[in-house]
Amino acid sequence: MAAPTQRHARSGRTLAILGLIIASLAVWTFWPGESHAPKLGLDLRGGTAVILTPTGTQTGGAITDDQLKQAVEIIRQRVDGFGVAESEVTTQGSGQNASIIVSIPGVTNEAILESLATTAKLDFRPVLAQGFGSSMPTPTPTPSASSSGTSSSPSPSPSPSTSANIVPPASPSATGNGAAITGGLRPNDTTTPASPSATGSPTPTASASVTPSPTSTASPSATAPTSPVSSVNGLPPIQSAANDGALQAAYITLDCSKTGATKGGPTDPKKFLVTCSKDGAYKYFLEPAAVEGTEISSAAAGLSQSGGGWEVNLTFSADGSTQFATVTGDLSKKSPPANQFGIVLDGLVESAPSVSQAIIGGSAVITGSFTADEAKALANVLKYGSLPVSLEVSSVESISPTLGQDQLTAGLLAGALGLLLVVVYLVIYYRALGVVAVASLLVAAAITFELFVILGRQLGFTLSLAGVAGAIVAIGITADSFVVYFERIRDEIREGRNLRAAGDAGWIRARKTILAADFVSFLAAVILYFLSVGSVRGFAFTLGLTTLVDVAVAFAFTRPLVSLLMRNPRFSSGKAWTGLSPDRLGAKSPLGTATSTRTTLAASRAAKES
Amino acid sequence: MSRVSSLAHRLYSGEVSFDFVGKRRRFYAVSAVFLLLALIGLFGRGLNLGIEFKGGAEFTVVSSTATVEQARASAQSAGVSAPIVTSVGSDKIRIQTPSLTLQQSDAIKTQLASDLGVTQSDIGVQLVGPSWGSEITKRALQGLIVFLIAVVLFLTVYFEWRLAMAALVALVHDLLITIGIYALTGFEVTPATVIGVLTILGFSLYDTVVVFDKVKENTRGITSSNRATYSEAANLALNQTVVRSINTSVVALLPVAAILLIGVGLLGAGTLKDLALALFIGTAAGTYSSIFIATPVACQLQERRPDMKALATRVAARRSGSDAKGARSGNARATSPGATDESGEDSTSSPLASDLGAPTVVSTGARSQTQRSRPRSQRKKR
Repeated sequence: MAAPTQRHARSGRTLAILGLIIASLAVWTFWPGESHAPKLGLDLRGGTAVILTPTGTQTGGAITDDQLKQAVEIIRQRVDGFGVAESEVTTQGSGQNASIIVSIPGVTNEAILESLATTAKLDFRPVLAQGFGSSMPTPTPTPSASSSGTSSSPSPSPSPSTSANIVPPASPSATGNGAAITGGLRPNDTTTPASPSATGSPTPTASASVTPSPTSTASPSATAPTSPVSSVNGLPPIQSAANDGALQAAYITLDCSKTGATKGGPTDPKKFLVTCSKDGAYKYFLEPAAVEGTEISSAAAGLSQSGGGWEVNLTFSADGSTQFATVTGDLSKKSPPANQFGIVLDGLVESAPSVSQAIIGGSAVITGSFTADEAKALANVLKYGSLPVSLEVSSVESISPTLGQDQLTAGLLAGALGLLLVVVYLVIYYRALGVVAVASLLVAAAITFELFVILGRQLGFTLSLAGVAGAIVAIGITADSFVVYFERIRDEIREGRNLRAAGDAGWIRARKTILAADFVSFLAAVILYFLSVGSVRGFAFTLGLTTLVDVAVAFAFTRPLVSLLMRNPRFSSGKAWTGLSPDRLGAKSPLGTATSTRTTLAASRAAKES
Repeated sequence: MSRVSSLAHRLYSGEVSFDFVGKRRRFYAVSAVFLLLALIGLFGRGLNLGIEFKGGAEFTVVSSTATVEQARASAQSAGVSAPIVTSVGSDKIRIQTPSLTLQQSDAIKTQLASDLGVTQSDIGVQLVGPSWGSEITKRALQGLIVFLIAVVLFLTVYFEWRLAMAALVALVHDLLITIGIYALTGFEVTPATVIGVLTILGFSLYDTVVVFDKVKENTRGITSSNRATYSEAANLALNQTVVRSINTSVVALLPVAAILLIGVGLLGAGTLKDLALALFIGTAAGTYSSIFIATPVACQLQERRPDMKALATRVAARRSGSDAKGARSGNARATSPGATDESGEDSTSSPLASDLGAPTVVSTGARSQTQRSRPRSQRKKR
């Protein structure tokens, strides 16, 4: 035990450091321009939480984390496509036990919910027409002046730096192989919207090779306007019921920069499709699926052996190989953009490589100026998009904003009442020490609030109703630490120690108990957090956080404060108001020199009373 | 107030002592009755599971004018055959149905909104797939088992395995009683209830750890003397901590009671009520078990140790030899086996004697010295 003066100085220093920490947290919390309140969960402000669980893959295999990531990516795309601000998609757990949790604030429309659990599909669809995603980005005058209705538009305007091509693996694009590997499009690249799409006049005759033979009546109007958005001539002929005027109109009016245009969703592989690229830079008019994603047997990103940068290798199943050979054979005869096929995942075009030769044998390489990440992303799309994870809506909970507000009010009220009850009890029972406990509780409350705000801002921690309940329950657990300490001090006084010694000796014994008991609480919180879902997690997090705060406050606030008080002559007089008067506690032989006579008298009085 | 304090003091010194450990059969019997009732409830009536566990849909309509009958008629006209409609709180109506698809729930929501004259945003919807319940049950059980194992490991390291086992018995006791009360009363079991029950584990252990800490302190080096048996020392520890146990429990229960009060009064039902109810029952059971179950069980286990048996024999021998002394100290203290030793005039100031409030007057410095030297002397004796 340190000498009293040392002890005194150390207590003061500890309190000062704690004060400094709280103050700097407060500055952080109330930093201008940031939110000064904890981020509220959906059950406190209204909104919908959906829990999706994977039920398996279409092939029946185990679910890998990569597949799960892909599924989350698709769901995020769908939700974001609806333009709901602040919606969140998160996963908990992994593999078969994983859950995907989608939180959508505010009032929800059922369309979003219905779109969530549908399984995403990958397929390859020949491109009929292609245009810029929005009417905005075409400042460059485009060269395709020709494009008379029938024949192919001659202006390939290759932009090799951004093009993606698909070639057989044996003949890397560098060798040329006689086939004109001209610039196809990489729709993901928005930086070069310059020319290629401007060539967007498809050739109705050439497209005849693909399954539904076109009746080739309405060849595009020969006006040949250059901007693809206004280019009505960028439309394929009306061929069947599946590709009717409505689709054409849809293609003309489609603006991929608009909310909802890029949300994706399930598509019918047997029908024509008008859609956007994933990033909304381009729009496409696509034929029915020529090859479905399930026919891909593998896909991987790798460095080109000829030094051409990153590329994606893919191989098809036996059936897929035949289908792919047919479609590439057809496509290679066409001119841009109809020599491309769109790789369509969940209704959005991931990439649209151009084809310059028939690819026979079931392996292909997609080349282009990919970065490593782009190549890997595309390979993942091909790999996992072909084995989509089926999801099941396990739980939908939608809370109306009114009810959310009610719950928030109730939670705050319960917290205030709980705090009040504990404060009253502590002050009545422990008098001055009770005031110390109340101050400690307030310090703990301040730190907890600051942490809620900061964690909400930095880590996206949201305070749910269960979290609020956890915080209220924590009032009791925190106060319990003080009770344990104070009772220990009283025990020491009963054993005849003076106040100062009791405060020190009591702490040495109490802190072990406090640490052990808090450790158990913390253990419960950690285990709950990692093994649970949804609201239980919020509760566990709050409970764990407040347990840590409890330990910090007990060690850095309550203990030093009591230590200082015990050294205060007025307090250590041990009068009744301190809550520690030895006679009231019935101490036998108090050793506090200054108080000995008084307490002896008091003791005899007490003896008389009893 | 001062009466409470002086009672606390007399409990502490052993002047007043309740024989928790000696009368354990009585407390075991009380618990056995409760446990039996709990099991009857659990296997007879079963738990009233919320839709989160059995699957289904629940609509919450916030409206001060709509009646239960209106809501029922509306739900039926939307195609629900047997909706369970209840009024919740002052201004809410809850409609529960079997599992629905999103389209069905949308239709019902629209119907309810138009029939009850509220906007769609005033209707909360909860849909739970049939398999989700078993999933969260599985996870809750996983959490429970992992927690129990972790706690037993921790307590084994911190105390020893016998105390860990006793704590485990008390925990299971609290869990069963809480679940049993839920089964008997038919309170709805929701995920919030599960949170509450799992939190009880922490609470119940908090009390048990506090008591065991004192037991550990009182019984440290107990075999080196022949003043008291393990059970007596433990019983003294219980008496010394009983006020503290009650205080920590009251303080822990006050906020829970506040949640319960507000949850029921203002919201009628939902997360707050479910959570607080489970906590309330469990914490009450936890306080009981930490005093009446955990320590007596711990004593029974400890008394089987050979060294504790030997100690008990030595204590008995010493007692029969000093009967006269024991009789002299007389009245109130005679009821407390732990306190009978207090007559010791010897100056060896054993830890127990000083804890008993023996009138050994030592200065603080000297005292801490004896404390420090204690382990060494123990070691020598072994």
